[in-house]
Amino acid sequence: MQLEELRFGTELLKRGFAKMQKGGVIMDVTTSEQAVIAEEAGAVAVMALQAVPADIRKMGGVARMADPKIIMEIIDSVSIPVMAKVRIGHFAEAQILEAIGVDMIDESEVLTPADEFHVDKARFTVPFVCGARNLGEALRRIKEGAAMIRTKGEAGTGDVREAVRHMRLIWGTIRSLKGMNEEELLKVSRDIEADYHLVLECRQMQRLPVVNFAAGGIATPADASLMMQMGADGVFVGSGIFKSEKPEVMASAIVEAVNNYRDPKKMVEISRGLGDPMKGIDAGTLPEGEVLQTRGW
Amino acid sequence: MVVEIRGPGIVPGCDGVILPGGESTTISRHLARTGVGEEIRAAAGSGVPIMATCAGLIVISEEIVEETRFVPLGLLKVRVGRNAFGSQKESFEADIEVEGFASPYRGVFIRAPAIVGWSRDVEVLAKIDDAAVAVKQSRLLGLAFHPELTADGRFHDIFLRMIQEVKTDVGDRR
Repeated sequence: MQLEELRFGTELLKRGFAKMQKGGVIMDVTTSEQAVIAEEAGAVAVMALQAVPADIRKMGGVARMADPKIIMEIIDSVSIPVMAKVRIGHFAEAQILEAIGVDMIDESEVLTPADEFHVDKARFTVPFVCGARNLGEALRRIKEGAAMIRTKGEAGTGDVREAVRHMRLIWGTIRSLKGMNEEELLKVSRDIEADYHLVLECRQMQRLPVVNFAAGGIATPADASLMMQMGADGVFVGSGIFKSEKPEVMASAIVEAVNNYRDPKKMVEISRGLGDPMKGIDAGTLPEGEVLQTRGW
Repeated sequence: MVVEIRGPGIVPGCDGVILPGGESTTISRHLARTGVGEEIRAAAGSGVPIMATCAGLIVISEEIVEETRFVPLGLLKVRVGRNAFGSQKESFEADIEVEGFASPYRGVFIRAPAIVGWSRDVEVLAKIDDAAVAVKQSRLLGLAFHPELTADGRFHDIFLRMIQEVKTDVGDRR
């Protein structure tokens, strides 16, 4: 096989990678020990971080890409894919993560934004996942080359309400496209500031054209089941695992919940005796300066 | 009819089983925990055709290079290397020559495994360099790439023909 006959970083490969994560749980980890716990619990991938969102909130200051040393140790410790976060618009951090060999980059509002422009993701070989609060935001990210979308929710709170609100908004807007004529669709694409052709694609597919996970506040198996029933393709769990009383037990339970989310009887078994979930913060009480979801546009 | 297998009790009623892509560690763990793995082993033993792609190929293999986390089902007599081509950055599309296909087939390889060793019972259908990427062993079809991501249905045709053969055989015996 000649190397020049191979094609790398195509949209099919990037979106295809995201499809392989469907029906799974992606867990935030800060050490290789945590990564091994996540893998053993059945995570489909891990997100390598310097600190989980709940701690980023507490620490304050500027949150940046994790130290490559931590990321490389995590890559060496597991066989499942490893993802890592860059600040919004920080394409130099993204170049570093690509060079390290992470499998997917999360351009994330959990870190302190570096630019009002998002990274031009189509230029990269490695696929990106991006947060979104509504259909317009999701389609702008897809237009920039995102291969996967996650609801932003409100990271580090352990409060699922914002993830629910964002998931409802995305699906509700997609459903409303059905039955619209061309002028109405043009108006929608103008109103939500999204590419017209992507709006058409959503109308025709009746879903986002890429895999859509839930994130931002998922802390229990029931939260995971809720998001799956609302139409998520899978879930990201950030602080919810390693800020709970028994991380190993919580991690396995959330994986089982995503496998059995439609079965309330099984959910009883899965939810029993897990110890305390993360304490969390009511997302409705956050002062404006501490809200992460409004970062990016 | 195509049904999703999320738990036990479904495999025994199937004419064929597909083990799709995903994460092989995650899938194996789920197969072991739910007992679906044993059902698949039993189905294969009674001649039910199986198509396994990417992670699925790893799951039905006999041996995985440097793997200690889980034991594969051991149906397909091959030795596979996981992420044999590298991380996602090295994932690729390539036109491959396939035994019996009139024109090249566009393979989509995502963090793909490669078959680095195989028994004499295994028929190699396609190779990249020294590694096999598509193999057949009786009614097991193992593919390192993702036929479900492209519109080319030639591998699905092979799988459907296997199912048809079984049905015809059973019909003849009756």
